[in-house]
Amino acid sequence: MRHKPLDFYDIDDLLTDEDRQIRDAVRAWVDGRVLPIIEDHFQAGTFPAHLVREMGEMGFFGTQLEGYGCPGLSYTAYGLICQELERGDSGIRSFASVQSSLVMYPIHRFGSPAQRERWLPGLASGALIGCFGLTEPDHGSDPGAMITRAEHRGDHYLLRGAKMWITNGSVADVAVVWAKLDGVVRGFLVERGTEGFSAPELKNKHSLRASVTSELVFDEVRVPLENILPGVEGLKGPLACLTSARYGISWGALGAAGACFDASREYSLTRHQFGRPLGSFQLVQAKLAGMLREITKGQLLSWRLGRLMDEGRARHEQVSLAKLNNVDIALDIARVSRDLHGAAGIVSDFPVMRHMANLESVITYEGTHDIHTLVLGRWITGIQAFS
Amino acid sequence: MKIAACVKITPATDSRISILADGTGIDASGIKWIISPYDQVAIEQAVLLAEANKGTEVVIVTVGDDNAVAQLRAGALAVGGDRAVLVQDAALANSDNLGVAKALAAVLKKEAVDLAFFGKVAVDDDASQVPGMAAELLGWPQVSSASKFELAGSGFTAVRAVGGGMEQEVRGSFPVVITADRDLAVPRYAKLPQIMKAKKKKVDTLSLSDLGLSAGDVAPKVAVSSYALPPSREKVTLLGGSAQEAAAELVRRLRDEAKVL
Repeated sequence: MRHKPLDFYDIDDLLTDEDRQIRDAVRAWVDGRVLPIIEDHFQAGTFPAHLVREMGEMGFFGTQLEGYGCPGLSYTAYGLICQELERGDSGIRSFASVQSSLVMYPIHRFGSPAQRERWLPGLASGALIGCFGLTEPDHGSDPGAMITRAEHRGDHYLLRGAKMWITNGSVADVAVVWAKLDGVVRGFLVERGTEGFSAPELKNKHSLRASVTSELVFDEVRVPLENILPGVEGLKGPLACLTSARYGISWGALGAAGACFDASREYSLTRHQFGRPLGSFQLVQAKLAGMLREITKGQLLSWRLGRLMDEGRARHEQVSLAKLNNVDIALDIARVSRDLHGAAGIVSDFPVMRHMANLESVITYEGTHDIHTLVLGRWITGIQAFS
Repeated sequence: MKIAACVKITPATDSRISILADGTGIDASGIKWIISPYDQVAIEQAVLLAEANKGTEVVIVTVGDDNAVAQLRAGALAVGGDRAVLVQDAALANSDNLGVAKALAAVLKKEAVDLAFFGKVAVDDDASQVPGMAAELLGWPQVSSASKFELAGSGFTAVRAVGGGMEQEVRGSFPVVITADRDLAVPRYAKLPQIMKAKKKKVDTLSLSDLGLSAGDVAPKVAVSSYALPPSREKVTLLGGSAQEAAAELVRRLRDEAKVL
């Protein structure tokens, strides 16, 4: 199925030619390479690993970075890439978000020249896969309370602890792991195959089934001294990564919402009940109009935030608002789409329940809906409600 | 070697076409434009040849307006075309297939290409006229609907599907016009780094006079009197009841109402 994008407010006019060409190129790739296979992977609970190299060759990874095989595109272009990938599936977009924002970004920004040289070209081309470990089994919204520890032991750091809900964990060649060294959060590059490091995959998910989610276990892992990220100390390191990724998610959610809207519009015009198309009923029209309304507002939000990111003056609270709003409306749209499709909404002939199930993760990961709400509350009042 | 791929900018195949109130043409507002899919195959074949033969240049040629530039960059230069030539002239806006063929032939001659690929048909008007006309104007041979193309010695070998599952092999020398069938090549996806590189590639805009042609040379010989959409499908009746009842009712209607039994 080809997707004619919903663009009720002519937001296309606000994009540059380059942005539009990039968006269209990603869309064509998703139409041709993701949509035909994604339902089968989702049903089987498998990640379409064969797409990784292709995504690398297409230039989808680390687009917002410059040098080391990265093209230095705008943040708006990065957002549009996320939007189109998530129009395909949140799992595919999650892969790209982790690779670009949570792995390549910290190595690029906080890594040593040798670390950049070693990892970035391979991560950009898709020859290498990365993952990001911040959340722990007992610490999600409160990462500052993490228990994973590194100790300086002569010629290496000794890493102990565990990370949880890690996208790409079991397939990653390198993990960017955040752990406390003498009480201060630091980033470490832990390589696949290092003794004591394992990454068992979580297989019982109802969501993001076409994506790998893992636990990372560090059982006395010796990490070479040169694998510490030298450029940052404290939680601001991982939080900077998350701000970049969350920005992309705000666009990605619009892709999933757009796919649900397209499917719902189509279904409402082709499905007849009581001798009339579903779309002729006022309640159905109200649902479609509600989707149109929210997607259009979300598009304006992400477009503006993209420009602020490109100008280097986006505040993380603004990113919180876009992430929480767009994922919230996308999940709502997916649920309404499922309802609008009736019984057909639960089978894989239509993408709506897959998107719905995926978005149940997206609303929780990278800062839960509630935490982002409280970030806004803190910005308004100056009082932090979650510590 | 210099290869041209001649392309037409057409509405995307999933566009919803509506006709202007006076019936003189289609309503262009809201239409997403693309390079016609068979022309995209032609570009791919040209680029594959260039990649396999060092020193080969691929020139993309089209007739169009300012809007064509973005299509040329995204659909042709971002997938391997080296540069593009856009023939833009008010007189061409109201011309016909022969006028377009004259403009393209003039570019092919000026560029002194060895080989010109076209799509076998443009998906908007389905006319399939321009490549043959251009070949004739140039005095070049034409191989239509090629499904395979290879360089062979100082010439080429092409294969055409000729129906009934049979294939025809054609050999020839340059210069030549080849039109691309679907199987000739699989167009690649535009990669983001290539899209960035395409921004810097040259798109030359030429007028008719740059090509030694006048408005009179491209004055239309064919006038389109009007456009009309196909009639909408007549009402469909779904017969209810059990299979037996529905079958009996269907036979009754075919006999008594449609009178075909």
